[in-house]
Amino acid sequence: MRRFARFYGAHPLHLLAVLFSFALAGYAVMVVGPQNLWNPDVWWKSIAVWFLGAVIAHDLVLFPLYALADRSLRSGLDAMRGRRRPRPRAVPALNYIRVPALASGLTLLLFLPGILEQGADAYLAATGLTQEPYLDRWLLLSAAFFALSTLAYATRLALSRNDSGAVSRP
Amino acid sequence: MTDHSRGPRLRSPLRGPWLTSVFGLVLLIGLPVVIVTGLLSYIAYGPQFGQARPGDVGWLHLPYFAWPTRPSWLYRLTQGLHVGLGLILVPIVLAKLWSVIPKLFVFPPVRSPAQALERLSLIALVGGALFEIITGVLNIQYDYIFGFDFYTAHYWGAWVFIAGFVTHTILKVPLMVRSLRSRSFREMLRTSRADTRPEPADENGLVAEDPTPATISRRGALALVGGGAALVAVLSVGQTTGGFLRNAALLLPRGRSYGDGPNDFQINRTAAAAQITPEQTGDTWRLSVTGGAEPVQLNRSQLRAMPSHTASLPIACVEGWSTVETWTGVRLRDLAAAAGVTTFGSAKVTSLERSGAFNSAVLTVDQVRDADALLALEVNGAELSLDHGYPARIIVPALPGVHNTKWVQSIEFREA
Repeated sequence: MRRFARFYGAHPLHLLAVLFSFALAGYAVMVVGPQNLWNPDVWWKSIAVWFLGAVIAHDLVLFPLYALADRSLRSGLDAMRGRRRPRPRAVPALNYIRVPALASGLTLLLFLPGILEQGADAYLAATGLTQEPYLDRWLLLSAAFFALSTLAYATRLALSRNDSGAVSRP
Repeated sequence: MTDHSRGPRLRSPLRGPWLTSVFGLVLLIGLPVVIVTGLLSYIAYGPQFGQARPGDVGWLHLPYFAWPTRPSWLYRLTQGLHVGLGLILVPIVLAKLWSVIPKLFVFPPVRSPAQALERLSLIALVGGALFEIITGVLNIQYDYIFGFDFYTAHYWGAWVFIAGFVTHTILKVPLMVRSLRSRSFREMLRTSRADTRPEPADENGLVAEDPTPATISRRGALALVGGGAALVAVLSVGQTTGGFLRNAALLLPRGRSYGDGPNDFQINRTAAAAQITPEQTGDTWRLSVTGGAEPVQLNRSQLRAMPSHTASLPIACVEGWSTVETWTGVRLRDLAAAAGVTTFGSAKVTSLERSGAFNSAVLTVDQVRDADALLALEVNGAELSLDHGYPARIIVPALPGVHNTKWVQSIEFREA
């Protein structure tokens, strides 16, 4: 047992669990028919391509994008702060920008087809309607997120000024 | 512990086994509901009549049973949960993936056969989860850019995901429990940003080696992710619940008004798309009922002369939307009796629609015999509009929406 663990790197149960997942996934692929995973005419309309795309969709596409955006935002705010005299009880603006941006981004990500009017023909055939209102609605929703955040930030700023005023008063 | 050098500098002080385990626990509770309701939907489509898609799934299904008609909101509930909860969990899936991203960059990438195999099994887990989310999200918005059959791909992807999910659960639940016990949840909710410190270094390499000061507290991060889930809930549950909340479904196709009047509710296939012509639905329209001694032909006024029944029933779509309307028409069991049908095993309803994947549907005996199972001629006191299936459509309690055939042409009562 110990020798197995030293060679394999984990308890035998680990091996059993992993082999279970391979066998089940393999059976699913066999039932669907491996030939059905590949579209010989249009390669990117293949199930296999979309599945492998999904494997990297977050880690190698979405994550670098939002990590870069967040890093730029942080360094931008730092640079701005650096130019001014440091205030002792300043309220950081970072999360008041992050939160509405994330809300806006999440709704864009989930409802992208409607917002971009993707699949307009299928949409019209199914519902008898167009996707025309979605972009406007998403923009208004985003405006509401940022407006609420601005309001919250202004309130926090006002409160923190009152606080520091109270402290400095004799 | 082994030294984990990493590619990019991941310096967030929030990442660690505790935070990952919180997200993991939420998914461990939520995802099985999404999985089971999805598999139930397959059964609701009637695989015994060969009308569930994909047709052949081998052993990969829940035990088969006849989909009941009661409670009438059953499919509304199960499919509303499947789509609604699936959407609500998206921010949590993304947060979970964010929290474990250092594992992508561990070096050396393979330290033991166990680790190599485990990483391979993550392809099923992560690929399966995101593949299901992406195809599902595109399907509920009618965006078929992927080109392959949605039902086949989503069903197949679900089982690959289940394989990865079960294995990941077996391998990680002990670690999750240990991590959750390592600190008090309440304590975390009381900790401000200024007091937020990294978790102790862990053997999995989730905790940053060189963390920056916290820009958000853990409770803030949890509120952010939970808030994202709540936002998605607000923007999507209305399409299932209807009523006042429907107004909040701003970005989903099913939140929209179709004008005023009795026929103002969701359409999932227009008469134009089904190529229904005025001649087909005009005065020459006859409903053909077979299965008795002689075939019977009924026109609209004959149907109207039969005893009518009114029922308030939901119609619920696989895409997650549903709506309750008041339907009036002839009971299907009365139609069977009128056609001289005494015994039957199933009934095949066929639409005037020539093409289309759902231009016919087979109903079970229980679905036909339900007291509220109707050939509806009216909705909310008015004649059905052409888009809602004029001159007659099926409405059966708890039946998946698409099997409530519109523009009915014939009903064939069968032995089995």
